[in-house]
Amino acid sequence: MRSEYKLIFERSHEGRRAYDLPPCDAPCAMSEIPEGLRASAPLALPELGEVDLVRHYTNLSRRNFGVDNGFYPLGSCTMKYNPKINEELATVFDEVHPLLDPEMSQGCLALMKEMEDMLCEICGMDAFTLQPAAGAHGELTGLMHIRAYHEHRGDTGRTTIIVPDAAHGTNPASAAMAGFKVKEIKSAPDGGVDLDALKEAVGPDTAGLMLTNPSTLGLFERNIKEIAKIVHEAGGLLYYDGANLNAIMGIVRPGDMGFDVMHINLHKTFSTPHGGGGPGSGPVGVKKHLIPFMPVPRIEENDDGLYYLDYDKPDSFGKIKSFYGNFGVIVKAYCYIRSLGAAGLKEASENAVLNANYIMNKLRGVYEIPHDRICMHECVVTPTEEMMKNEVHTSDIAKALIDRGYHPPTIYFPLIVHEAMMIEPTESEARETLDEFIEAMKGIAEQVKTDPAAIHAAPVTTPVGRPDEVTAARKPIVKYEG
Amino acid sequence: MVPNDRKYTRDHEWVMVEGNVARMGITAHAAEALGDIVYVELPQVGDETVMGESYCVVESVKASSSVFSAVTGTVVEVNEELDAAPEKLNEDAFKNFIAAVEFTEINEDELMDAEEYEKFCEEEA
Repeated sequence: MRSEYKLIFERSHEGRRAYDLPPCDAPCAMSEIPEGLRASAPLALPELGEVDLVRHYTNLSRRNFGVDNGFYPLGSCTMKYNPKINEELATVFDEVHPLLDPEMSQGCLALMKEMEDMLCEICGMDAFTLQPAAGAHGELTGLMHIRAYHEHRGDTGRTTIIVPDAAHGTNPASAAMAGFKVKEIKSAPDGGVDLDALKEAVGPDTAGLMLTNPSTLGLFERNIKEIAKIVHEAGGLLYYDGANLNAIMGIVRPGDMGFDVMHINLHKTFSTPHGGGGPGSGPVGVKKHLIPFMPVPRIEENDDGLYYLDYDKPDSFGKIKSFYGNFGVIVKAYCYIRSLGAAGLKEASENAVLNANYIMNKLRGVYEIPHDRICMHECVVTPTEEMMKNEVHTSDIAKALIDRGYHPPTIYFPLIVHEAMMIEPTESEARETLDEFIEAMKGIAEQVKTDPAAIHAAPVTTPVGRPDEVTAARKPIVKYEG
Repeated sequence: MVPNDRKYTRDHEWVMVEGNVARMGITAHAAEALGDIVYVELPQVGDETVMGESYCVVESVKASSSVFSAVTGTVVEVNEELDAAPEKLNEDAFKNFIAAVEFTEINEDELMDAEEYEKFCEEEA
């Protein structure tokens, strides 16, 4: 499998082309361009024949690993399968332009309004905006609501957002981006919020608290009502990071837990492609008291039952994205919610939780489970002391999994667990797939005892083995230097 | 192994007080837990630090972590060597300070001596 795979620049031969055009007979317009702005040499683009060009990219594409070709238990990312029909249905709207008059695009507006209403129902919120372009953008938008709320009341001393140390790194980053100071509080030994630390941290400067529930350890925050009370009594608001919403659909709602504002990653919970597969979408939901500050336009219905875009919201903090959000992604998530229905969404969450508990229970005794109680949609395991004595760490186990055909789980996160491996199987997987993965994990544990050198050498089935991560980070080469 | 000429925090930082200046860094235990350190986001001379709050970020191949200040005061010196050679923290975390702070506030009761810190690390493990 190991191969020296040439870059496209290294495949270049002067004069080779993937096209054959007659010489240009139009007059050269070079003289129109001021001298100082002309390129002194032709652009150094690679020169290849069509067959070599096609093979180069086709072969590279075959090295991809995605949900469509294997199990991808990347904790905290909810890499569930994305049904292909959703992709197909989204193409129905390909011809629609966002500048089309609202009366010409009633279908789109109806879909968006219905989507907002469905998300309200699932999350227990009073209104949703679909504008944010992705999760972190949703966080920023949510925090802008908190800021606007306090400022509108003239309470300008609320400058601090409290974030537990187990939070996703985007939480403190978004809070700083929204102009807040960040106060980090330590987690309790069970991985939940430390109520005493929270009581000590809140005060007249508290703008709000950001929290995921289930927590980043995949555990349900049992004290959520008490947490909400502490924050609200101090005058702050409660922000729900929807990263782990996949565990609780149809079972419990952030709005009922006491959260005032939240975001959802449609690409996690509602099965739209992640990353390079398409843009994200991070709808933000709010309770009644935050509705006046929501981004414009809002989709409203007039007396004739027609939808229109309402920009007349004087307390709104304005637009946060061009047009109305990543509409195509919203369509895919809409199709997902509609195909599953209320009962289906609940079943999805139940299966996600069941699958994670199945893996955790099967790995007990083989790996350590630092917080050993019923988990939600993901579980955190660590190498045993014996493995560590053999110098086998989480990163080695992750690399050994690659050789066995799996995308590794999330590693070294959450930060509060030493050598963490966070496994999130999602509801998509059949029991056979889970069993095979469990066998692979057990096989690695066995090999640590019999042949630790093999684990240290992994992966051996990939084009690149163990790149020198340290040198790459300390002395990065960020452009082709051939 | 843990030098007894200074004090330690529960977040695995060391602090060495000389007059009203506190020289601060991270412990060898912290450096080892982080793994190979690839970048240190240093504070600047003149920056204000607040006791218990982050004044520096240390990035390793595994994660980036905040370094918390044991004192409230003003940064008077930073170890600029760490800019080009962050690995010095892995090589000898106790010899390489991160910043020196002229402080107005310190809570020595919160700090541990070498023996207490070693015990603390054992308990944490």
